[in-house]
Amino acid sequence: MLVSYKWLNDYLPVTEDPIKLADQISRTGIETEEVFLREKGMKKIVVGHVLESVPHPNSDHLHICQVDVGDTEPYQIVCGAPNVAAGQYVIVALPGSWIAGHTKIKKSKMRGEVSMGMICALQEIGFPEAVVPKAYANGIYVFNEPHTPGESVFPLLGMDDPVLNLDITPNRADTLGMHGSAWEIGAMLNEKPHFKEPHAVENGDEITTLLKAAVPDQADAPSYHLRLVQNVQVKESPQWLQVRLWNAGIRPINNIVDITNYVMLEYGQPLHAFDYDKLARKEIVVRHARQGEQLTTLDGNDHDLVPDDIVITDGETPIALAGVMGGLSTEVTEGTHTVVFEAAVFPPTPIRKTAQRYNLRSEASSRFEKGTNHADVLPALTHAAQLAEEIADAKTAKGILSPTAMQVLPVIVDISIDRINHVLGTQLSVDMVRDIFDRLGFDVQEADGLFTVSVPPRRWDISIEADLIEEVARLYGYDNLPSNLPEATTTVAKFTPIQQLIRYSKRTLLAAGLNQAISYALVNEHEVTQYIQTNSVPTRIDWPMTKDHVALRQSLIPGLMDDLAYNIAHSVKNVALFEQGRVFLKDDAATVRPNEVEYLAGLVSGDWQSRAWDTATQPADFYLVKGMVDELLAPLRLSAAVRYVATDRHPEMHPGRTADIFLGDALLGFVGEVHPAQTAAIHAADTFIFQLNLDLLLNAAKTPLQAVPAPKYPAVTRDIALQLPEDVTNAQVLAIIHDQAGAFLEDVQLFDVYKGDKLPAGTQSLAYTLTFRNPEDTLKEEQVNAAFKQVSDALVSDLHAEIR
Amino acid sequence: MALQDELTKIQTDTLAQIAAVQDLSGLNDIRVQVLGKKGALTGVLRGMKDLTPEERPKVGSFANTVRDALTAAIEDRHAALAAAALQAKLAKETIDVTLPGRPIHRGTEHVLDQVMDEVEQLFMGMGYQVVDGPEVETEHYNFEMLNVPKDHPARDMQDTFYITPDVLLRSQTSPVQARTLEKHDFSKGPLKMISPGRVYRRDTDDATHSHQFHQVEGLVIDKHITMADLKGTLEVLAKHIFGADRKIRLRPSYFPFTEPSVEIDVSWGQTAGSDDVTSKDNGWVEVLGAGMVHPNVLKSAGVDADVYGGFAFGLGPDRFAMLKYGIEDIRNFYLNDQRFLTQFEQED
Repeated sequence: MLVSYKWLNDYLPVTEDPIKLADQISRTGIETEEVFLREKGMKKIVVGHVLESVPHPNSDHLHICQVDVGDTEPYQIVCGAPNVAAGQYVIVALPGSWIAGHTKIKKSKMRGEVSMGMICALQEIGFPEAVVPKAYANGIYVFNEPHTPGESVFPLLGMDDPVLNLDITPNRADTLGMHGSAWEIGAMLNEKPHFKEPHAVENGDEITTLLKAAVPDQADAPSYHLRLVQNVQVKESPQWLQVRLWNAGIRPINNIVDITNYVMLEYGQPLHAFDYDKLARKEIVVRHARQGEQLTTLDGNDHDLVPDDIVITDGETPIALAGVMGGLSTEVTEGTHTVVFEAAVFPPTPIRKTAQRYNLRSEASSRFEKGTNHADVLPALTHAAQLAEEIADAKTAKGILSPTAMQVLPVIVDISIDRINHVLGTQLSVDMVRDIFDRLGFDVQEADGLFTVSVPPRRWDISIEADLIEEVARLYGYDNLPSNLPEATTTVAKFTPIQQLIRYSKRTLLAAGLNQAISYALVNEHEVTQYIQTNSVPTRIDWPMTKDHVALRQSLIPGLMDDLAYNIAHSVKNVALFEQGRVFLKDDAATVRPNEVEYLAGLVSGDWQSRAWDTATQPADFYLVKGMVDELLAPLRLSAAVRYVATDRHPEMHPGRTADIFLGDALLGFVGEVHPAQTAAIHAADTFIFQLNLDLLLNAAKTPLQAVPAPKYPAVTRDIALQLPEDVTNAQVLAIIHDQAGAFLEDVQLFDVYKGDKLPAGTQSLAYTLTFRNPEDTLKEEQVNAAFKQVSDALVSDLHAEIR
Repeated sequence: MALQDELTKIQTDTLAQIAAVQDLSGLNDIRVQVLGKKGALTGVLRGMKDLTPEERPKVGSFANTVRDALTAAIEDRHAALAAAALQAKLAKETIDVTLPGRPIHRGTEHVLDQVMDEVEQLFMGMGYQVVDGPEVETEHYNFEMLNVPKDHPARDMQDTFYITPDVLLRSQTSPVQARTLEKHDFSKGPLKMISPGRVYRRDTDDATHSHQFHQVEGLVIDKHITMADLKGTLEVLAKHIFGADRKIRLRPSYFPFTEPSVEIDVSWGQTAGSDDVTSKDNGWVEVLGAGMVHPNVLKSAGVDADVYGGFAFGLGPDRFAMLKYGIEDIRNFYLNDQRFLTQFEQED
């Protein structure tokens, strides 16, 4: 809502500096985004009277004008506008003036003719295209009244009027009119606004002899009123009215349309004007549209109506979308002689839906959606008629057609001083609070600290105690509120087990060298089925905005792969990321709400360690990320064994370099190399990923920590090097060692793996250090030898190992 | 030559040799030659047997003096040579201390998580429980329970991703408020919670809009919670996140689930206490929304609004991080350019 400072002063004296006023409004009521002064940065722009205009001899479109600008002699100004003519009062930027866009105007020569300045279009002095009257859109602006040549144009065009841009929240639609804004600002300044009672002379015919009106279902228009004005002269509005409109961001069109807009700005009550002569039947009926009905709206667009739309009809055919936009067929034009003004209350929801359906959000529809002052419907209608009498030479028909009407009463809300102070933490006195209600213009009775507040219909946002508390708080001033911390019983704050596990995982992976990523949870149709570890049905959103974000992720890896692709595209080749977040899994399509499962995933691509003065480049590999998984899992003291089982079931993963991770028999996640086809597509180097289900880890059995003393007796180590068929795995060897080495085996470390020329084809060499210890006694050589032999024999017989 | 003269000569000669020797092995040779079993001193002392009983103790005593003197001289010389040898060794071991250290990989926490951690830390210290809620919500909790009935104009303020007409991606973390209120047993004490998390809105991604962002919701409900408590709490928050010299101001606003509703500005680009306001934002930047919980929200959750009341607030970690670190494009948070992410490496 654009609030003109001058207009405001019609209702109450406002003398504050506009910037300070804006700040004050922001702090007590409505956020004021900016204060706008159109003349800012411009100077020496005056009224000029065109005395003569002749075609330029060396041009097919320029005119040489002699213009009286209040100086002793007329100025010669060359003008290119097609509409320039002698006799006009125009806007002249004198030599040395500044116009919009920091442009300085100088005396110049145009095709050999001296030009002492410039005759301006409104756009050239800072008016946005959207408010410039159509007649002057492609030429200079011409005043429709004479003015003194040389007089500054700024006051005449309202350019010296500061305009406050109020950002109005949906609950304060009462300030979407100047009256409401004046009440709000008046309460703040402790000034009561005064409004003139509208009055129409009504020297026309009886309206009932000219028009009938009906609202068969009162719900469609609970309050519906029509006035008719005759003998209308449709023309340009007087300057003052045009100024008020364009300073409010609305383009002047003609006096009748301008009246409807002006009254809307005044009362916040949208109006509509129909050309009476264009009504096929002299009748107005409000009803729902019928299937198959059509309407061409004022903007020239055709709409196929649906029964949810409320329409205004001429008794048969729709002529307007109620509260949204009028129809082209009954548009007020230059030839219009008789006008029907409509002022009504329409139900918010259908108006909003209709406006959305046809993409026709308008000043009117947005006001109906948020509510209007029901007490102002009739005054607004009468003021429109009065203005038509004043500026369109109209005669108002006698009477008003009101097929529906509402009884408009104040709302009574009770509240105690104690309640107010209890909620605000203040110690306000009864008098202070009474004064605030009085400033708001609310009638109030008080007894023993209990207020009975009568809230006028113009503040339909107020209906309960809390609403009144807000009024008191904001006018008392939030700056004046005391500032405490809650006095409350001590409460325990601690992380839940899953919150702890999530934080532990993050800390661990950060320490392991991965950077935390947060990717988009909405992924594309392709990604949603990629890198998933368990079967699930995707959860899709109903009406996606883009193809990139259509369904909720079922795996964190596609997000990390997107991040990788983004990095590669920006020349970051070595990437180490992890993400913790939810995936959304459903067992079947019938389920609507997915399970939200906490996952953890990591990705390392390219070089893990770049070449340095003492180190060679170390590309990422499978065992790096596997090590991270091990590092993460070990401190959790999981009771069940963690197993890595080679798998080729993931189509996006390298079939020979991927393992599913099991905890006992439960699938915990997977780890491996991304399929080269995937990485090639984004020009990434070899990429390794893992993903784990944290919820599963949370719920897994854990072995409680139980202290043991540091060992007192020495350990004995034995190395064993094995030549094995190359398909034998480390896990198989370890299983045999653990199975055969007896109770004193403390640890097994693989310290060498070799495959190559020095071994017979089809074989590999694995070498282990076995550590034995008896916690109760010093181990004897024979005990170790016996255990070691048992291990060796089993390896030879079960795995065809050759001990080297 | 008398034994004593011999001893004196040995002492003189040996001391000269000790002084002259330049390495530890040479010194050891001298020690063996003079003090060893077959050494010169031992050899001289063998002659003691030919001395008279009167002479023997004198010469013996003198011999001991010589031995002690030589031993001491050898030890001193040994210490000096050893020190010199160590010095020489260390000199050879000199390295270029300006060569770079070996890097230890450590990742950087996402800046949004850093901000959320800071907020969590503060509020946990004040006894607030951290509560998580579903990202796929029902209309019931996301809107209805928060005093936003169907067709409420406020629903226009937050265009929502729907899955079905009743199920949606939460457009705010406030539904966690409603869920927690509904479950809380007030006979066991007040409710103090925050709920950080991811939210979604139908916004086209650009520098200042993202279809995915984060919120932290806060809620305190008890019998005597006032708006002054809200103001004090948010002051603590603003100082904790943005610096101890910050001030806050409350401005009226509108949220369906609070009444009164306020927006909170933090002082920006001006020094504390100064009235010289120069920045384009008039020295204040909006950082969060808050208010006293609307009685309808309490009633919907089955809480007696005549007895209990309190405040709620909602802040945007994305906005906080953008303000705090001067980040100009919200998309940076979700594109995960590693160079962007790692610049936020800092002590936590």
